[in-house]
Amino acid sequence: MKYQPVIGLEVHVQLLTDTKIFCGCSTRFGAEPNSQTCPVCLGLPGALPVLNKKVVEFAIKAGLSTNCSITPRSIFARKNYFYPDLPKGYQISQFEDPICQRGWLDIKITTPDSISADSVKRIGITRIHMEEDAGKLVHGDFSGRDDGSGVDLNRACTPLLEVVSEPDLRSSDEAVVYLKQLHQIVTWLGICDGNMEEGSFRCDANVSVMPVGSSTLGTRAEIKNVNSFKFVKQAIEYEIQRQIDLIEDGGTVVQETRLFDPNSGKTRSMRSKEEAHDYRYFPDPDLVPLVINDQWIERVRQELPELPEQRQHRFMAELGLPPYDAEVLTASRALAEYFEAGVAAGGNAKAVGNWIMGEITRTLNDSGTSIEACPITPGELAELLKLIDNGTISGKIAKTVFDEMWKSGKTPQIIVEEQGLLQVSDSGAIEQIIDDIMAANTGQVEEYRGGKEKVFGFFVGQVMKASKGKANPAVVNELLLNKLKG
Amino acid sequence: MNIFDMTIHKLHAALKGKQISSVEATSAMLARIESVEPLVGSFITVTPEQALEAARAADRRIARGECHLLTGIPLAIKDIFLTEGVRTTCGSRILDNFIPPYSATSWEKLRLHGAVLLGKLNQDEFAMGSSNESSAYGITRNPWDTTCIPGGSSGGSAAAVAASEAVATLGTDTGGSIRQPASHCGCVGLKPTYGRVSRYGVIAYASSLDQVGPLTRDVADCAIMLEALAGYDPKDSTSVDTAVPDYSAPLTRGVKGLKIGLPKEYFIDGLDPDVQRAMEGAIETYRRLGAEFVDISLPHTDYAVATYYLIATAEASSNLARYDGVRFGHRAEADGLLGMYTKSRSEGFGTEVKRRIMLGTYALSSGYYDAYYVKAQKVRTLIMNDFITAFASVDVMLTPVAPTPAFKIGEKINDPLQMYLSDIFTIPVNLAGTCAMSLPAGFSASGLPIGLQLIGKPFGEETILRAGYAFEQATEWHTRKASI
Repeated sequence: MKYQPVIGLEVHVQLLTDTKIFCGCSTRFGAEPNSQTCPVCLGLPGALPVLNKKVVEFAIKAGLSTNCSITPRSIFARKNYFYPDLPKGYQISQFEDPICQRGWLDIKITTPDSISADSVKRIGITRIHMEEDAGKLVHGDFSGRDDGSGVDLNRACTPLLEVVSEPDLRSSDEAVVYLKQLHQIVTWLGICDGNMEEGSFRCDANVSVMPVGSSTLGTRAEIKNVNSFKFVKQAIEYEIQRQIDLIEDGGTVVQETRLFDPNSGKTRSMRSKEEAHDYRYFPDPDLVPLVINDQWIERVRQELPELPEQRQHRFMAELGLPPYDAEVLTASRALAEYFEAGVAAGGNAKAVGNWIMGEITRTLNDSGTSIEACPITPGELAELLKLIDNGTISGKIAKTVFDEMWKSGKTPQIIVEEQGLLQVSDSGAIEQIIDDIMAANTGQVEEYRGGKEKVFGFFVGQVMKASKGKANPAVVNELLLNKLKG
Repeated sequence: MNIFDMTIHKLHAALKGKQISSVEATSAMLARIESVEPLVGSFITVTPEQALEAARAADRRIARGECHLLTGIPLAIKDIFLTEGVRTTCGSRILDNFIPPYSATSWEKLRLHGAVLLGKLNQDEFAMGSSNESSAYGITRNPWDTTCIPGGSSGGSAAAVAASEAVATLGTDTGGSIRQPASHCGCVGLKPTYGRVSRYGVIAYASSLDQVGPLTRDVADCAIMLEALAGYDPKDSTSVDTAVPDYSAPLTRGVKGLKIGLPKEYFIDGLDPDVQRAMEGAIETYRRLGAEFVDISLPHTDYAVATYYLIATAEASSNLARYDGVRFGHRAEADGLLGMYTKSRSEGFGTEVKRRIMLGTYALSSGYYDAYYVKAQKVRTLIMNDFITAFASVDVMLTPVAPTPAFKIGEKINDPLQMYLSDIFTIPVNLAGTCAMSLPAGFSASGLPIGLQLIGKPFGEETILRAGYAFEQATEWHTRKASI
């Protein structure tokens, strides 16, 4: 029998606010344990939460960018369970009436039968809600002791969004595409640093399988805390196969929470439905209902940056970029902005794009640098391209100049002057070179004149070599043609 | 007059006129505490050194000419208020070793005015009780009859005022915990409108019902205290940002033409005859003063106690989850995390607290949530609407505070349902979120005080204080002293 996997994702997005969601403590990562705490995030008796307005605005931004409705009156709820990293014995989250509801993302998928043609699939977003993170347990070495476990509450009360998708995903590949697109949006919006290793963007996957053609969903397993795109793919694929094998062997899938082990690439049971917590959600009486009016939503909408998709369309329509280039150049907001700054500085759009996708990306990758830290400014790149355009240097020499710019930080003009890389267009000088080469290669001249036109390329190569790449190729071509034809 | 019998306004006049110093007043109070405390048991912690130091600081302020109404006044507060550096137990063994790193906003406001803290007052554990018998720190006795309970949960706060162990005190009121003990101990107790006073730093019992308020010797003191306590606190999202009026100036405006509602559901058969008589006397007094009476109905009153015991316990079950032995408070030695949790909480909490945690956990459990918690919230709305409707035709309501005067120690401790019913007239006010005050209105045949309750509109504290003041001027109940 063939099986259809059904997948829904719950993504936790840690928000880039300076302070925590319900108190004024810093959210900075990596500080001394418990140095960023106060009565509120320590859960001391008598302490009360006060909502960080910035968190609400970030949530609205996420909602508007994923086509959600913003709930006019949303409610915070307590999720009750005991754990040492949860200071109050409950997590403040949202349950009924979350801040964003009923949105979607259109993801680009490549179907196996039409590998080249991308098609678009709409993935429903059930809800986005705000909540506080828990602290973390530190085992072993803690506060000078190595015989126990410590609790570090620096992360407690850090703001999170949970983005819950509909079970609309049908393969691990779709899940990864959805996840990458969501990752791009939240980083693009500047509401999340997207760092998956530090847990700023993490994902739980709900996976089930059903016979192809069936409309009854199978029993699902929830896979917890998968923290890279690669692991998401691995975990889902393993889980799909595990469930299929189980059913084929006459077993049944049980509803449970499973943990992915990146070392073995397998998932294992964490707790069954029977062991599942009864979280006893109820509205948090310490927080008043969050009322968001249309003016507030509009104000946030005005602050939204142009999103990747909109930017791709504009790059295509206004700058004439091919779809592929537009997509690559909007992979991140920083990259798109670099590109636009280059064009604004006078660079030809197609050329700027080619250089970013070529030399710049390659050099960034080789040196492990991000576009934000690129030593060559968009303005300098545009200058370099101008030098090619106006014939000052050849395209080949430009690569040398580029490498030098990267290394020395000097402007292209200075490098060209210092190293004498000016293109030679003076026909007298080039004629001299041609004459010398023809004299030294009489055999090839004969061949050409005998009709073997391919030899032309040999002469061009020799001339360029002799001029150290500086000869203007157009002039070389013209003069060579005249001379060879004699 | 004994210094320890003075009101805030009298002592303030004496401090300001330099007839007495705060150190003298504070010393007199501390001596009084030492002599009557063995009989009453109002305090969990007395802080004599800090009190005298604060008194000296207050005297320096007064010498500089800075004499706020509360500067140098010796007060005591319920042990539910966090006090930086001073142990705060909430009447529970689980917080036996808890020294808070910060202070409650309400106490902080009084402290900044120069008030002197004498100590922390006894209470029912986590404010759960109506008799002060659930405290882990021994019972508090009623100064009028030490075989009787003082009421609860702010029993220590009421007993301390009645026994002249503090000029005034702070309590909290979740279902009557200020008004019922005030009634039983013959003092004035005010539960402000929900949101009027910050809850920050007050150990939560039931967050949607808890409210801070004063217990005092007379209504004028009550107005002084409320004015110092009231106001928006950015640290409490449920505190309300409305202006704080001058509560003292309008006190003398009288009640002529004031429309007072008598909710029929509060004057039931079986009301204690002494209480009945006191209410009739109060109505007569108000008539004489020119107030008009209107018969009204609060039809959902019968459901209030049941509603309260679902909502309050549900919130409490969650509020008390933080007492887990991990970061502060009592931690039992046990194997494993679950063992540590179970043992710490089993040892740390008393019977009534455990009962309410279990009730509340049940009410919130999957499968029961709609039938209990959600239903209770709907009934709460009906009860609120009762008050809104009734207040369309009256300015205040007059009712008994409790169905009986103070009962005997041990009488109801093993009968929780009977105990819960002693708050039957106070609970609806908390559910409605409005304000109410208890003030002395007579005595039982056996000499126990009986309080009358004035219920005001939301943020109508000014009106009930004015009505209470008029009553007080026309009667002498508040001038009587417990003979302890």
